Amino acid sequence: MKSESNIRLVARLDIKGPNLIKGVHLEGLRVIGDPEEHAYRYYKQGADELVYMDAVASLYGRNHLSEIIKNAVKNIFVPLTVGGGIRSVEDATAVLRSGADKVAINTAAVANPKLITQIAEKFGNQCVVLSVEAKQMSNKIWEVLTENGRERSGRDVIEWVTEAVDRGVGEILLTSVDREGTRKGFDVDLLHAVSQSVTVPVIASGGMGKLEDAIDAVNNGGADAVAMADILHYERATIEDVRNVCRSAGLKVRSYEQT
Amino acid sequence: MSKPKVVVIDFGVGNLLSVQRAVEKCGTDTIMSSEQDVISQANRVILPGVGAFANGMKALESLGLVKVIKKIAADGIPLLGICLGMQMLLDESEEHGVTKGLGIIPGRVVPVPVLDIGGNSMKIPHIGWNSTVIAEGATWNKTILQNSTPGDSFYFVHSFMAEPDDQKMRIADCLYGGNRVAAVIGKGNIFGCQFHPEKSGTTGLEVLQNFLSF
Repeated sequence: MKSESNIRLVARLDIKGPNLIKGVHLEGLRVIGDPEEHAYRYYKQGADELVYMDAVASLYGRNHLSEIIKNAVKNIFVPLTVGGGIRSVEDATAVLRSGADKVAINTAAVANPKLITQIAEKFGNQCVVLSVEAKQMSNKIWEVLTENGRERSGRDVIEWVTEAVDRGVGEILLTSVDREGTRKGFDVDLLHAVSQSVTVPVIASGGMGKLEDAIDAVNNGGADAVAMADILHYERATIEDVRNVCRSAGLKVRSYEQT
Repeated sequence: MSKPKVVVIDFGVGNLLSVQRAVEKCGTDTIMSSEQDVISQANRVILPGVGAFANGMKALESLGLVKVIKKIAADGIPLLGICLGMQMLLDESEEHGVTKGLGIIPGRVVPVPVLDIGGNSMKIPHIGWNSTVIAEGATWNKTILQNSTPGDSFYFVHSFMAEPDDQKMRIADCLYGGNRVAAVIGKGNIFGCQFHPEKSGTTGLEVLQNFLSF
């Protein structure tokens, strides 16, 4: 599959209550600061999209992001994906009404795969992002985790993404739990295995340590988009730095002039 | 000087809040409405939309808005269709069988080509940022792109595309798999953009700003 569109550079914001947080392997969450302030900074740096994930929503069965999103859309004019605790078409509707463009679902979709089709039929496939938290079990075998990495599902990642795309998922946010927060680079084998198995865009997430990791995810993993968190939150690099490195490597990225 | 009264048509689908916030960012107050009277009295009208063509038209019909929007267009009141809102300006769409549109801009809505010019499969929907080129023989003067620069990138999400009968109504295209896809179409004060100006950063806000200054 060829994609003529630009490689998208995505800022990922994991949220707990009112705070932007960051963990390692989705655990040991540390408070980074105010999500609004960080999100606006990434928007100004030229982020092509933002992803907001409520890290503890699944635990309590609700999503707290609506207020954060309602404020974000006053000043941020790029697509927003929102996930964490979305369990029904009604939950998805509420999040989209708050200003999100796409919803990301994991736990509820694994428990009830029909939810994918229900949301897709109402809002279109482009609106449904499957969030996959993948944990490596053996060589080239990964298992789907749910509840923000807290629970095992017993499902094979490749089998699950294939089914989910058939059911109407428009995009896959693929997080390597093994690499998440480690700065060791993306799990390129995982990315490659998934992007070869599906026809929808795949967003690489988890492990961006240095700028060149983005190139690796695209050229060797087949990713259509690269999500970044740690590298941005700790100000180790800006979106602009990533864009420049990608452009120098011959990847197509959005032309953007920082203002 | 009073600010222009901008109405964003609310027909129950899509991310209206973002459109409204983007217009506000351009310094103009907006009203979201599905009321015939309110929309009829607008100085400028935005027809947004996400979702399937048939659902969108059905919603406009049940709200009695088809004739209202046609009258706005006929009266020369600036009208901007965004994404599905753009596609509904045409005569008909081939999405899930043929459905009649508003018939304001002559032409059809057809699938985005699934093959690139070399015969390779393309990912559909066309999702992401893509740059624009001037449509053949077009000028961007006196259009919503008058302050834009060829090559500016905008955010697209769609599987179908507009094909106006009259090439002169094509203002900008983008290339997807080497195929030309209509990005902006227009006729007089009526414009449609396939991309989402409210989701395309500062380049998108410029387009909205231009529409608001018409």
